[in-house]
Amino acid sequence: MASISLQGVSKRFAGGVAALSDLDLEIAHGELLVLVGPSGSGKSTVLRLIAGLDAPTSGRILIDGEDVTNVPPQQRDLAMVFQSYALYPHKTVRENLAFGLQMRQVPATQIDERVREVAKTLGIETLLDRRPAALSGGQRQRVALGRAIVRNPKAFLLDEPLSNLDPVLRVETRAELTVLHRRLGATMVHVTHDQEEAMTLGTRIAVMRDGALEQVAAPMDLYDRPANTFVASFIGSPAMNIWPGSMVRAVGERALVGVRPHDIELTPTDVSDTTGRVEILEPLGPTTLVHVRIDDAPESRARIIVPANTRIAIGDHVGFRMRHDRLHFFDEKSGRRRDVSS
Amino acid sequence: MSWSMVRPWAIGVMVAAILFPLYWAAVASFTPESQLFGQVDLVPTRLVLDHYRAVFSERALGTAVWNSLVVAGATTLLCVPVGAMCAYALARLPFRGRTVVLTSVLAISMFPQISIVSPLYLLLRELRLIDTYAGLVLPYLTFAMPLTIWLLVGFFRQLPRELEEAALMDGASRLRTLRTIVLPLSWPGLTTTAILTFLYCWNEFLFALCFTLGPDRYTVPVAIALFRGQYQVPWGQILAGALVATLPVAMLVFLAQRRIVAGLTSGAVKG
Repeated sequence: MASISLQGVSKRFAGGVAALSDLDLEIAHGELLVLVGPSGSGKSTVLRLIAGLDAPTSGRILIDGEDVTNVPPQQRDLAMVFQSYALYPHKTVRENLAFGLQMRQVPATQIDERVREVAKTLGIETLLDRRPAALSGGQRQRVALGRAIVRNPKAFLLDEPLSNLDPVLRVETRAELTVLHRRLGATMVHVTHDQEEAMTLGTRIAVMRDGALEQVAAPMDLYDRPANTFVASFIGSPAMNIWPGSMVRAVGERALVGVRPHDIELTPTDVSDTTGRVEILEPLGPTTLVHVRIDDAPESRARIIVPANTRIAIGDHVGFRMRHDRLHFFDEKSGRRRDVSS
Repeated sequence: MSWSMVRPWAIGVMVAAILFPLYWAAVASFTPESQLFGQVDLVPTRLVLDHYRAVFSERALGTAVWNSLVVAGATTLLCVPVGAMCAYALARLPFRGRTVVLTSVLAISMFPQISIVSPLYLLLRELRLIDTYAGLVLPYLTFAMPLTIWLLVGFFRQLPRELEEAALMDGASRLRTLRTIVLPLSWPGLTTTAILTFLYCWNEFLFALCFTLGPDRYTVPVAIALFRGQYQVPWGQILAGALVATLPVAMLVFLAQRRIVAGLTSGAVKG
């Protein structure tokens, strides 16, 4: 277990492309921090820098307060789970799990014991003598996880470990990861582009865009108080509605107003805030997502979540009302959150 | 007529065209000297071992085959391990001047051999290496090494990088990663490279001719070339020698082929 700290870290690749600029990030003991962002936002680069697979152009990386910026990956005692799993194809599952321990000169009897113990927790004891090619995607993922766990590393680095699983397995494994994190009490850094994965897994979430941190906060804080329009529309599904401030009379000019689709309800047109015409209906199962073209602002659409049994059809003229205590306000220019005292 | 009906025939014709010269050489090598230039039949009527007996007893081809095996084998054995380490560094380690090194390696192999024969001869004479195995192996390394390095750099670059990174994270050093992860997965590439290097040395003529002095050190190409007398060309013996020279190489390739199987890395990364 360890704390990890990035101080003023920048990374510029050989072609002159800046992947990260002046990043500060503190990861506490036993925390599961999720790095989330669209592709190309630099989240994998952060992970590779912590791992030591890439070196930062400037800045420092500390593990347990010790500067490891120039320490090679072999000596950092971190474990990484790769998106592609990267299992050694010429080794059996047993050898795959044992490799890291062998490199650390652990006695053979102890290795055997450790491997069996970890295989048991992950339910892969019966696969120990197989090679990776003879495993299913889910099984490979477990072996990759096992290879990390078996070594009892200072921290775990997970690079989109769930993205190659089918949706059902992904949700299952996600839950298992949470349990695993709680049981091991280990520091984990998990990279994903899936905001739902980030919300369900993380004790804290760091949202990244274009090589910079947009906001670092606990999942529900991120959801309830997004720091800017990017975080507001990235976190939460379906995405938050963000309109010009003129939509809501309460705010002044030069502001954007945001409201989540769950915080809007359909009402009869005579008691509504706003009216519009239904353009698209997307049944999601328990609820339906309704896209409404707004009468007062024909260039904007509203996304509204309604119960699945609502009687509504494309072309209907509807009214809707926002929950005023759930509105978010942002600066029109900077996109930053603006708190209105009233 | 559809393509699927034509195809076996087309392939048959092509294979026949490729194999015919070999067949013809084989037939000629078993035909008595007196009949070689007379009426020629596609299917031979009388086969004799005269030429084979002659090349081994009169021409000492056995010694030449042995010499070739030693020289080509030693070059390959030296070249592949050293070249592999060099190629891995060039393929994976980030260091300044990597492209320059790679380009100069290629440039060296582009020197016309004939232009370096005389200086090399003087050098080898000073080192007292003329007419020795080492005197051939060392010059062979100069062209075999660039070949090995270029082939292996290409091969190493194809391996999934995450595999090596996983090994580094597991605590393996670079050399350890090369030995336990990269090399075992590179068998097809290493085998191909070894075969090509071996073939190159096996067939090399110019250096072997210039740096050896007598039948004790002649390699197969030199020995066969010197079969030819002032007044006659012993075609039967030359062809017999050629077939003998082909045999070890053909066997080597057949043996190695079983190792050159694709998909060694399957199961490593997503798929």
